[in-house]
Amino acid sequence: MIERLDQIFVILKHWLLGYLPESWQTPVGVILSVVCIIGLYPALFAITTVLERKGVARIQNRLGPNRVGPYGILQPMADGIKSLTKEDIVPTTADGVVHFLAPVVLVVVVFMGFAVLPMGRNMVLVDMDAGLLFYFAMGASAELSVFMAGWSSRNKYSLLGAMRAVAQMISYEIALLLSSVVIVMITGSLSLVKIVEAQNHYTWGLPHWFIFTPWGLAGFLMYAIAGTAETNRSPFDLPEGESELVAGYHTEYSGFKFALFFLGEYVAMFSISGLGSTLFLGGWTAPLEVLQFIPSWIWFFGKLFLSMGVFIWMRGTLPRLRQDQLMNFAWKFVLPMCLLNLFAAGLWHFMGAGWLRWVVCSAILILAYVSIGREGMRRKNLGPRSYRYAE
Amino acid sequence: MGFVFYLISTFTVGGALAAVLLKNLVHAALALTVAFFGLALLFLRLDAQFAGFAQILVYVGAVAILVVFAILLTRGSELPKEGVFSKTWLVGLAIAAGVFALLAWAVLQAAPWLPQEKAAPTVTVNDIGNALMSRYVLPLEIVAVLLTAALLGAVIVAMHEKERSR
Repeated sequence: MIERLDQIFVILKHWLLGYLPESWQTPVGVILSVVCIIGLYPALFAITTVLERKGVARIQNRLGPNRVGPYGILQPMADGIKSLTKEDIVPTTADGVVHFLAPVVLVVVVFMGFAVLPMGRNMVLVDMDAGLLFYFAMGASAELSVFMAGWSSRNKYSLLGAMRAVAQMISYEIALLLSSVVIVMITGSLSLVKIVEAQNHYTWGLPHWFIFTPWGLAGFLMYAIAGTAETNRSPFDLPEGESELVAGYHTEYSGFKFALFFLGEYVAMFSISGLGSTLFLGGWTAPLEVLQFIPSWIWFFGKLFLSMGVFIWMRGTLPRLRQDQLMNFAWKFVLPMCLLNLFAAGLWHFMGAGWLRWVVCSAILILAYVSIGREGMRRKNLGPRSYRYAE
Repeated sequence: MGFVFYLISTFTVGGALAAVLLKNLVHAALALTVAFFGLALLFLRLDAQFAGFAQILVYVGAVAILVVFAILLTRGSELPKEGVFSKTWLVGLAIAAGVFALLAWAVLQAAPWLPQEKAAPTVTVNDIGNALMSRYVLPLEIVAVLLTAALLGAVIVAMHEKERSR
């Protein structure tokens, strides 16, 4: 019974495909899974927009949208109707073809990333040997769409926003890749299914998730920072900051194209959270051995929503980073920490099991964090805070 | 070979031709990106997963961005006054045809020496990693030194400009 609930989507799919002739089963099966993914994640996006607006509002001591349905939960319907019926304004000097293609490329590339995420036991769309590499290849292509959007608008603000966004995305992509390389080193495989399987063991009821190791915790923090910066999410959202650049690279987009950019950004957040929970938080495995009766897909989406909650929390709480602060942070702190993390993970592997490797790896990482942090703060003369009041 | 190969190669050759023939420089750069994607799809068709995804990651994710940044930061996006085609295009065509003929002759000469295998050998990322660390470690280190030199050169050029502008 528990296994049937766990595998319910797989069983449903096989039952539906049983009605078809033999040669049609594989293509229709793939199309069915793709339709499910394309239908599910925009629905989650709709729910997330309401949660975000209510969450950020509550953090800022105000109510969010509360007119449209009970407690505002039907707000996405209103937003959807608005974005579909708004006039699609394209500037006359804008580059028509590239202006049209930019949101299309973003959405296509972002949805391709879901092909390799294992959303439950036996629930991967494509089990590729080089699955992680495929995911990062698709993430790298998203930067191109940001540039296309900014350049084709023939607008200085859009161009500035696009250049800042691309510079930020390239810098933090290195951090993203390096913090995932640690996982590949330890498990010895690029396939996401095998990475989740490697975390599916329990010792004294606690799981072998990689976040519970020193290098895993450091890697997860670097990955979370880099993921927030990759999707241009606060506190790294200078490229789309409303008070600096109008709306950055999507200034000249209205109506449905803007909705596509918005959709692309949130689905990219889901995608990066999903990959983060697969690499570090154990994917679809349960946190305690006794809780394995809950289906695996519930755990995966639970971790996804937890990550989204942390993203929303960070957005409401932390102030925005300036561009040079952001770039300094990437190259002078996150990158050295990632490289040292690689070293610590290598030591972990070769030292053999025991308490010594925990102590040595933790000591290296804490020492690195403190020394690099202090080095970065040394040249800034930060005195006590002084206030100037209007007279 | 089949229908999929012809589709992918039409895509690739179309993108490459557009990259050469288009007047707008950014359009040409984007068409070149399409050609890179087509090459990656050809790699994937031959079951070379690592090569295909590394092609996308490096070419589309880094080289294409580099090309468009170079266009942005110089005044390259304005149309040149004298048109984009060179006056000596016939000589250029002749030289390109000569190089192509030489390469084709070299490849076709080597073809009988290849082992006649029915199934393509599957190369996993594991094998590539082992080979890079054991047999090809010297080229790996040389590439690393080259990249470090390029990085240092970029920093020196940028720093020098900053001092001069002060």
